[in-house]
Amino acid sequence: MNKNKTYPFYFTIGALLLYTVLFVLPGIMGIGYSFTDWSAYSDKLNFVGFENFKTVFSADENYIKILTNTLLFTVVTTILKNALGLLMAVLLTKHIKFLNFHRGIIFMPNVLSTLIVGMIFTSILDPATGLLNTFFNSTGLGFFAKPWLTTSQFAFGSVMAVDIWKGLGYIMTILIAGILSISPTYYEAASIDGANGVQAFFKITLPLLLPTLATTTVLNVIYGLKIFDMVYAMTNGGPGKATTEVLYTAVFKMFSNGQYAVGTALSSVMFLFMVVIGFFMIRVMTKNEVVE
Amino acid sequence: MATNKIIRKVTANLLAWIISIISLVPLVLVLFNSFKDSIHASDMNLMLPEFPFMWTNFSNVISKGKLAQSFFNSVLYSVASVALCCILAAACAYVLSRNRSKVNNAVYLYLVLGIAMPINYVALMKVMAFFHFINSRPGLILLYTAMQLPFAIFLLHGFISKVPVDLDEAAMLDGCSPLRLFFFIVLPLLKPALATVTVLTFLNTWNEFVSPLYFLSSSDKWPMTLSVYNFFGMFHTDWNLICADIVLTILPVIIVYLLGQKYIVSGMTSGAVKG
Repeated sequence: MNKNKTYPFYFTIGALLLYTVLFVLPGIMGIGYSFTDWSAYSDKLNFVGFENFKTVFSADENYIKILTNTLLFTVVTTILKNALGLLMAVLLTKHIKFLNFHRGIIFMPNVLSTLIVGMIFTSILDPATGLLNTFFNSTGLGFFAKPWLTTSQFAFGSVMAVDIWKGLGYIMTILIAGILSISPTYYEAASIDGANGVQAFFKITLPLLLPTLATTTVLNVIYGLKIFDMVYAMTNGGPGKATTEVLYTAVFKMFSNGQYAVGTALSSVMFLFMVVIGFFMIRVMTKNEVVE
Repeated sequence: MATNKIIRKVTANLLAWIISIISLVPLVLVLFNSFKDSIHASDMNLMLPEFPFMWTNFSNVISKGKLAQSFFNSVLYSVASVALCCILAAACAYVLSRNRSKVNNAVYLYLVLGIAMPINYVALMKVMAFFHFINSRPGLILLYTAMQLPFAIFLLHGFISKVPVDLDEAAMLDGCSPLRLFFFIVLPLLKPALATVTVLTFLNTWNEFVSPLYFLSSSDKWPMTLSVYNFFGMFHTDWNLICADIVLTILPVIIVYLLGQKYIVSGMTSGAVKG
């Protein structure tokens, strides 16, 4: 059988064309535009060299803060989602009643629109009437009631917490699948040798789950760096100057202001960074597939 | 020893319930307040709505927020991109998975890289403008499709490698053309994976907010997410209406989730766990 005849290359053209034109091409063109003074205010494009990148990385602008915020968001949500997700996955692989009901409910926030989740939580985290502070005040925990989204001290943490609430179920579900794929014979052998639950977790579950944890980490990092809807709906970068500003919200602001060149420079920094992460992702996700 | 075990069991069950309740409370909150009047909904608490339920909230938001139009738009965008994505991704993944030449493997990696790559929306505007895709329904559908293709191809590629090739060989010996082979023999075998792609693409496109925010200026083309956000800005104090609007927007998502839970979970965890 002639493979090239049976499986003609033109089958791939549709997907390849759409993906290249609307996905890859803007990324590459964007790098080119980063070296110009492209803006909404003039029709002429001039080459300006590394000027835009100098602006992005200069100390007296807020852009560094935007980059560190994005990284901070990514690192914190990745670590906490993995840690809490692991605890919950261990809990929900035990003999618990209504196991599938719990798994289903905990996964549910993940399918909701991030934007809408953000909107709902602007109400829940409202300092005066919000559900969270009302709950704290009525249970005698009033000292926990804080102005969550309106002060720079708590705003970013609150946004991250809501994101963790939303994404935890996903990570948990992947880790549950990982735990269930561990052969029970290991645990049987361990219990014969007199190991307790904690020992079994650290000596069997955790080491055998490392590949799965690598995947959830990569997925979380990819997701975290691209975060937009959540911040846009909850704080839109505020309160104050760039307290919760992340990359995509900053790019959208520049786009709205017509500062296209700086916007595209900032996007390109992320583009290059993510392509590198993408290679890691491919290695993790296609490990047992492509090499066959 | 026995009591110890019981205590542990009770704690585990209790913990599971607490986590489930925390996951559910925001939704219950929105549901309850969508049935209240504007005064009762103003402090957004978890009290049960009083009788009579304010069903008028829903008819109100449908007329004030032009929801009928947005609902139609969202359905159009999601259904069209699901259909396009399924057919393009399946055809592409099929060839790349069956014929693993050096070129094809490289093409596959290039496509899958899109799962991680961010979109440069600023430069994308240039490309969209070139094709007259800005503020256009077909343009948005194609953009949605392009965004969903990488993961769909990844899922189908993995699935196809487990579909036996014997049928392909038999069909080719009988003089079947490549197109017939794909559409009448292979495609029906991909149903489980296509179901997953359908459900995930539907959810992602239904929830998509960034692209319409950048590329759709006229409100009669807005999907639900954009009009709900706009509504949120306009009726900032009427939480009963906002909640009703949110309920109508997430209802299709919840229904799809409850019906297709199996496919969502298998799709989202595939590739993540070595099986």
